Amino acid sequence: MAAKIIYEKSRGLTDASFHYCPGCSHGTIHKLVAESLVELDILERTISIAPVGCAVLAYNYFNCDGIQAAHGRAPAVATGVKRVQPDKIVFAYQGDGDLASIGTAEIIHAAHRGENITVIFVNNAIYGMTGGQMAPTTLINQKTTTSPYGRFEETTGKPLLVSEMMATIPGATYIERVSVHDHAHILRAKRAIKKAFEYQVAGKGFAMIEILAACPIGWGLSPVDSMAFIKDAMVPYYPLGLYCDRAAQGGAQ
Amino acid sequence: MSEANTTAKRGSVVGVSPAEWRGLGQHPILMKGNEAIAEAAIQAGCKAFFGYPITPQNEVPEYMSAHMERRAQETGGAQGGVFVQAESEVAAINMCYGAAATGARVMTSSSSPGMALKQEGISYMSGADLPVFMVNVSRCGPGLGGILPAQGDYFMATRGGGNGDYRTPVYAPAYIQEAADLTFHAFDVAEKYRTPVMMLIDGMLGQMMEPVEIKPRPPIAADKSWCTDGDTSNRKPRVINSLSLLGDVLEQQNIERFQKYAQIERECVLVENTVQEGDEIAIVAYGVPARIAQNAIEELAAKGIRAGLVRPITLWPFPYDTFQQLPASVKNILVIELSMGQMVEDVKLGVNGTRPVHFHGRSGGMVFEPAEIADKVREIISTSSKGDL
Repeated sequence: MAAKIIYEKSRGLTDASFHYCPGCSHGTIHKLVAESLVELDILERTISIAPVGCAVLAYNYFNCDGIQAAHGRAPAVATGVKRVQPDKIVFAYQGDGDLASIGTAEIIHAAHRGENITVIFVNNAIYGMTGGQMAPTTLINQKTTTSPYGRFEETTGKPLLVSEMMATIPGATYIERVSVHDHAHILRAKRAIKKAFEYQVAGKGFAMIEILAACPIGWGLSPVDSMAFIKDAMVPYYPLGLYCDRAAQGGAQ
Repeated sequence: MSEANTTAKRGSVVGVSPAEWRGLGQHPILMKGNEAIAEAAIQAGCKAFFGYPITPQNEVPEYMSAHMERRAQETGGAQGGVFVQAESEVAAINMCYGAAATGARVMTSSSSPGMALKQEGISYMSGADLPVFMVNVSRCGPGLGGILPAQGDYFMATRGGGNGDYRTPVYAPAYIQEAADLTFHAFDVAEKYRTPVMMLIDGMLGQMMEPVEIKPRPPIAADKSWCTDGDTSNRKPRVINSLSLLGDVLEQQNIERFQKYAQIERECVLVENTVQEGDEIAIVAYGVPARIAQNAIEELAAKGIRAGLVRPITLWPFPYDTFQQLPASVKNILVIELSMGQMVEDVKLGVNGTRPVHFHGRSGGMVFEPAEIADKVREIISTSSKGDL
C-alpha cells in the first residue's frame, strides 16, 4: 500500500533553517502565511516585505521575491511596490517594535490611503532581536531590559491597542486580532491570514492581522510557560476577534 | 568623462555644445524650474513619483499630481504613471525604495529639511543598489531655517548624507534648460550604475521662469535582471536588501560598490570651464551663483581685469582635475557659495596648494550681486599684487 502524505512542509517556505529561538512563534506564523499563499495559488506573484526585527531575514524563508525594509517603513515600501505592480500580491511582515513604535506613521497612513496590501503584525510585547527591551505593547508590570522593575503606566503609558486603533481608520478594510498559543487558535489565525490575502486578491483594500505571539527568550519563560503567558496575560488585555470588516459591510468608507 | 572633457572651451560644457546643452530649441516655452524638471521626468519615463509638500519645491509634486496619472491615460501608459502624496519625506523615499526594487523608474523631490529626513532611505537604497532620481530644491538652514535659496546642503549631498559608506552622484544645473536636459541624463545614470542620483538646485532655479524646451529621448536600456517584480513563475525568488551580518561579506560588497563609484568618477564628471590663458583669477561657483559670477566676470572685463569661471555641474564626482589644468596666468582662486563655505573644501583638494583659494559666501537666504563679487576679485588681486599672501 502506497504511503499517504498527510502533512508536509509548505512549498511556500524555502528549505532554509529558521534562525528563530526555541518556542518563538515566528515559525508558526511563517507557516500559516506560506500555506495561505500556496492555497490561494498566489505564491508565484507575491512580494514579501521584511521588517527590521527578528523577522529581518524573512526573505530567506518565504519562497517568493522579498524586499527588506528600513525599521518601521514596510508599509511605505509595500505601497511603493503595490502602486507600480498592482497585479502582484504584497505583504508586510512586521513586529510590534517595528509597527507599533517607529512605524506608526507608515502603518496608519497605508491604511488611511486604503492600500490594497496585507500586513502581518506579530505582537510579542517586546523587542526581541535587540535583546528584550520594552515595546509600546509591553504589558503593565512586565519586566524587560529597559523596564527592569516592570513597566510603569505613570511614565510609559498603557500598552498600545493597535487593532482597536487601526479599526477606527476609515480606509482600513479588514482588521482582526488572533493568537497562536494553542492549536485551535492557530487554526483561527490561519483563517484570518488567508482571508486577508483573499481580500487583497479581490482588490478589497487594506488588511492587517495582529497575531499575539511568544518570545520565550525575551520574556525569560520556557516555551510552554510562554504559551500560558499569551493565554493568561496577553489575551485578557488584547481581546481576540474581528475589529473591522468593511468589505463585509460594503467596502472601506 | 576623459580629462579633455573636463576642460571645455569658454562657454561650452564638457563634450556638449552650448547650443545643445543650454541653448533653446525650436519651440521653447516659458516654465518654472520646478515644473520643467517635473515634465522632463515624465518624458524621461518616470513611472512613479512619491513626495511630500515643502517650500520651495511644491511645484514638483503639484505638477506630478496633475500630470502623472492623466498622462498615463492619454498615452496608454507610454508616459506617466503613479503619483502618491506620502505622509512624510521618510515614507516618500521608502515608497521609492519599494517601487524601484520592482525595476520602475521612480522619483522624489523635497527641500533641505525634507532631504535630511530622506537620508535613511537614500542610505538603504545605496546599500541595496537601487536607482532613484531625487531633486533637492534647497533652502537656507540649519533647522527649519527659512525658505530663501541657499547652498548649505552641499556636504549632505556630496558626502553620502546618511549612515555608512556610500556616495551619490549630484547634478547642479545653473539654467532651467540644463536642469531639464540633466533630468533625462540623471535617470539613465541612476539605472546604469544602480544608484540614487540627486539634482541639487536652489530655490531660485526652482522658482524662476525661463524659456525651455523639453527634448525627449528614449531611456538608455539598463539591466533589470535583479529586480523583485514578484513574478517567480519562471525563475527563482530574488531579494533586495542592504543587510549583511558577516563582516567579510559586507566588506566585499562595499569594495565592489566603491569600484562602481570609481567608475562613476572616471565617466560622469561634468564641468563648465571658461578660464583662458591670460586670466588672472578663476571664480568657482555652481548653480545660479555661477550666473551671478558670470555677470561679475563681464563687469571686470569691462575694467580690464581678466577672470574666468569654473562651474562644477557634477558636485560628486567633483571635477578635481580641472584645477590642476588651469593656465599659469591664474594666480588666485575665488570660490563663491550661498553658504558659509562647503564646496570650497573640494576646490582646495583640487587646487592642492598650488594657488591661494579665497572664499566669499552669503547665507540665510541672502544673495550676492555681481558688484559684490567684482569687489571681492579686485580686493584679492590688489592684495596679491602687494605680495601680501
